[in-house]
Amino acid sequence: MDTEDYVIRQISVFSENRPGRLAAMAKALEEEKVNILAFSIAEAGEFGVVRALVDQPEKAYKKLSSLGFVVSFTEVIGVRMRDEPGGLYEVARILGEAKINIEYSYAYSGKEMAVLILRVDNTREAIKQIRAHGGEMARIPSR
Amino acid sequence: MFWEPKIETMPVEDLHRMQYKLLKSLVYRLYSFSEFYHRRMEDAGVHPDDIRMLSDVKKLPFMFKRDLRDNYPDKIFTATPEELVRYHVSSGTTGKPTVVGYTANDLESWTVSLARALTSIGLTSRDVVQVSYGYGLFTGGLGLHYGAERIGATVIPTSVGNTERQIELMQDLKATAICCTPSYMLHMGEVAEKMGISLQKDTQLRVGVLGAEPWSERMRTRMQEDLGIRAYDIYGTSELSGPLFTECTEQKGFHVWGDFALTEIVDPQTGEPVAPGEKGELTMTILKKEALPMVRFRIGDVTSMDEGVCACGRTHPRVMRITGRVDDMLIIRGINVFPSQIEHALMSIPQVGKHFMIEVDRKMELDTLLVRVEVAPEAFSDKITDLMNLKAMVAGKLRSVLNVNADVELAEPGTLPRFEGKAKRVIDRRKL
Repeated sequence: MDTEDYVIRQISVFSENRPGRLAAMAKALEEEKVNILAFSIAEAGEFGVVRALVDQPEKAYKKLSSLGFVVSFTEVIGVRMRDEPGGLYEVARILGEAKINIEYSYAYSGKEMAVLILRVDNTREAIKQIRAHGGEMARIPSR
Repeated sequence: MFWEPKIETMPVEDLHRMQYKLLKSLVYRLYSFSEFYHRRMEDAGVHPDDIRMLSDVKKLPFMFKRDLRDNYPDKIFTATPEELVRYHVSSGTTGKPTVVGYTANDLESWTVSLARALTSIGLTSRDVVQVSYGYGLFTGGLGLHYGAERIGATVIPTSVGNTERQIELMQDLKATAICCTPSYMLHMGEVAEKMGISLQKDTQLRVGVLGAEPWSERMRTRMQEDLGIRAYDIYGTSELSGPLFTECTEQKGFHVWGDFALTEIVDPQTGEPVAPGEKGELTMTILKKEALPMVRFRIGDVTSMDEGVCACGRTHPRVMRITGRVDDMLIIRGINVFPSQIEHALMSIPQVGKHFMIEVDRKMELDTLLVRVEVAPEAFSDKITDLMNLKAMVAGKLRSVLNVNADVELAEPGTLPRFEGKAKRVIDRRKL
């Protein structure tokens, strides 16, 4: 498999920190039959950023934009984690030694496995390094 | 107590005669030597010979703050570089500041005006005056500094900020009077209380000279009762020189020295004088200014005037508390802020849209200014640090333009109110 196949398109949404905003987003995705695979909210006072992996990013982007949300695509990667002590350390060590910085991260526990989702400062290099050091990348179709 | 008893209590007719002579010579001087005023008078079809009595002042054209902005920095100065001894600078309405120049005589008249004023509230050479107005380009600090020194008082030039240290110095150096904004006075009272100090019992403070922002009788009562001081209103604007006039111990309006300024109250719409005692826009002609003469300057403050002789014996007219503005100018912590300045500053930042809202409040007795802006979709980054940096950048830009700190909040595009016709972008929740 090619490095590019492991680049995941995450949608990021700017949201004011007030009641109902998340509900409005979730409702819009439901109407479009878009499934959310993984999800996180980062908050900073009066606003926050909602980040999500969805099965149909293009559709989600169009719908949310049409409702006036500020949406962008961000490239992230998913790393399969062993469900045992040391699982996170392994991934973090590989990236640390390769001098790749993690900008943010959240986890996704799928049907068959746990996946660590990462935004790093050098996406393609991170994929290469993790694969070269025996890490297992998660492939989440997001085209 | 009077600083210059003969002038301060001169009969009203004599005062008017004196004002007429000063006005007449001012008008001749400007018509002869100033291109700006000459042209203004020509345009208005008025010649110095038309000024035959004091009330003829109304034949002269008005001046506005925009005249200073349009002639930035010194195009309408009527003093030579040799004669100028100082500049003060205040914020303009859109981007460009307003520069005021002073000759030695201008500084002298300013100082004398304040020496009379401070004497009228009972301050003498035995007093210790803490000047907690900003020193520098702002006129408050230096103006009161020289005024208080002139009456022989001892000045503590603390300027603004570092409230705890201010309170320590007030105690240690036995300050009897303080000059600051009324909201800072209240803030000081609160900070002192937290330090376990009662301004009333643990300091010598007995007089507050409070201005640079509007306040109310309610605030006066609160300060006099809670802080144990006599609280006096002080008035002036940078265009007129700076802080110039205070109330006397009667606390019934500030005395405008007639030999210094000619005061009119006009209808802001028509420019016609209002009936005696009615409210209107404060308009002043400074009879003695050399570097930057101000003729019928429309200040924008709304108030009324009482020309009756005061119980203190002074014959010079009194202007009542300022109750509002004819424009949308805000006063934040003593600093004038125009929404147009904020708009101008935001226009230069493509990462935020052109829609904004201004929210003003008072927390812990200090004014807070919040500017809400919309994030442009192109500027959106899903990294929180990028968005925080954007906020800091907008706040820094506003700070450099307004000279006052503003909090910034990011809003979703399209969520701030849109206005058809006159925009109401300011929400002011302060209760004075």
